[in-house]
Amino acid sequence: MPINYYIFLSIALFTIGIVGVLTRRNAIIIFMCIELMLNAVNVLLVAFSKMHHVAAYALDASTTVGTEAQLFVFFIMVVAAAEVTVGLAIIVMLYRNIHSVDINFLNRLKH
Amino acid sequence: MNVIILSAIWGVLMMYVGFITKNKNVPTYVAIAGIILLLVVNWMEYLGMFFFNVDTKGMLEYDSFSLIFNQVILFSTLVYFLLSGSQVSSFKNNVSDLYALIFFIITGISVVAGFKSLLMLFIGIEIISIPLYVLAGSEKSNLKSNEAALKYFLMGAFSTGLMLMGIAFLYGNAGTFMLEGIQIGATEITPMLSIGLILLLCSMSFKVSAAPFHFWTPDVYDGSPTVFTSFMATIVKSAAFFAFFKLFQNAFGNIREEWGILVAIIAVFTLLIGNITAVFQQSFKRMLSYSSIAQAGFMLLGVFAMNSFAKQGLILYFAAYSLATIGIFAVLAKFKDHSIEAFNGFAKQYPLVALGMLICILSLAGIPLTAGFFAKYYMLLGVIEHGNMIWLAIFAVICAAVSVYYYFRVVQAIYFKETTIQADVTFSKPFAYIMLANAGLIIVLGIHPDWLLSYLNI
Repeated sequence: MPINYYIFLSIALFTIGIVGVLTRRNAIIIFMCIELMLNAVNVLLVAFSKMHHVAAYALDASTTVGTEAQLFVFFIMVVAAAEVTVGLAIIVMLYRNIHSVDINFLNRLKH
Repeated sequence: MNVIILSAIWGVLMMYVGFITKNKNVPTYVAIAGIILLLVVNWMEYLGMFFFNVDTKGMLEYDSFSLIFNQVILFSTLVYFLLSGSQVSSFKNNVSDLYALIFFIITGISVVAGFKSLLMLFIGIEIISIPLYVLAGSEKSNLKSNEAALKYFLMGAFSTGLMLMGIAFLYGNAGTFMLEGIQIGATEITPMLSIGLILLLCSMSFKVSAAPFHFWTPDVYDGSPTVFTSFMATIVKSAAFFAFFKLFQNAFGNIREEWGILVAIIAVFTLLIGNITAVFQQSFKRMLSYSSIAQAGFMLLGVFAMNSFAKQGLILYFAAYSLATIGIFAVLAKFKDHSIEAFNGFAKQYPLVALGMLICILSLAGIPLTAGFFAKYYMLLGVIEHGNMIWLAIFAVICAAVSVYYYFRVVQAIYFKETTIQADVTFSKPFAYIMLANAGLIIVLGIHPDWLLSYLNI
């Protein structure tokens, strides 16, 4: 399959994530959209990894070019998991205080 | 390199201190001991002595620029611990955990100081950010602190997403995560390269709170506990700027003409918005957060100029800005009321602390004989040496003149207004002396900046 399909898929997922972050008001849904953005990056990195690997493999069968992006994906997963733990803890802390996870509620407090 | 390992170990150690003793002052002493150890170790690394020598396959490399930056950061943290340690200890529980988180942030900063691979950039920025979300929300029952933590978390995670997408596109273009490989591949502008560059520019602007990505900054800095605002606004911001500079120098240095105008526009907006909005603030804390945006605009000039003046200027700027802001926040953290009126007649009550604070404020405003003056001077020199956009330097000077107005409102309140009684605020003798020593250091750097800069081999 041409690499373009993967790029378009990944950009579509990423854009859904960005639009979600910018328009939704529920903290949990914003959070899910951020995860979607990170996963779009994972798809793209694996696709690029394969692309570079195939190109290098044609010249040298023992090459390791392109494997580093797949390793990067694991790092992204681990960091995303760490962010989830901290982020959900923050959201739970907020819920305990205001019994809501609505972002607008916070802006109302200020004025 | 050694700082990364030792500060991670010391962070774990700090958590155990909380088990061993319930005395609230002990974690502060252990933290100060730890930071002095890190300072010594980093200096030994500068002199070429290593405890551990780990082969990172070129992913991390420390030159004198990185090591001196690390030294400045560690020293600022030492000053921060000395001045604000009592404030950290006044948290109800888990004092040692807060220190542990700060040590983990220093681990991240050391990673950022030496990154040569985009993987290390990503990991370093995340190690800095994640503990910081916790610190921002460490006043659990305070709604403003909750709001700050949530906002900071969502914005931070969002900008991390942008950064990762940028990294993915750069990888697609160059086939490697190493900065040299990207630099070699970046001779002509391809769509993938330009998308990656713009996404990275946006995400780094988020991290350093440059306009138009600054909107989270006032709320987060205002809402977080003042002790941690101080840490966030100085040390962490310096680290983000260092990452910004290093990334754009080592990966995109060849195509500087293409993105220089973008950085210049961002710098102009940041200077303008930061300075103009700061003029209208009534709360001192909020004014300082806008002033930190304005100072970020000045530091962006260094990223724009990207020559040896800019490198020297950035190191000096980090030192001047961090020391001054830490000093001011340490005083502010003792006040319950964060408005400027709360400081009325402060000099009559505490002349020594007020003098230290005055010098810090003068340094932020960039008055000659303080470190802030030379920091700004080097930035302007860098822009003039760059040659293309002299108007940027002129604009920056005008903005610095505007900034004097709002800084001097505080000076006026401290020295020339009638006293309002502040019964709940007390300063110990050692605090006043450390404050004065800090101010003395700012003046020494303002007279002899070469004492710091001569260690840079540029």
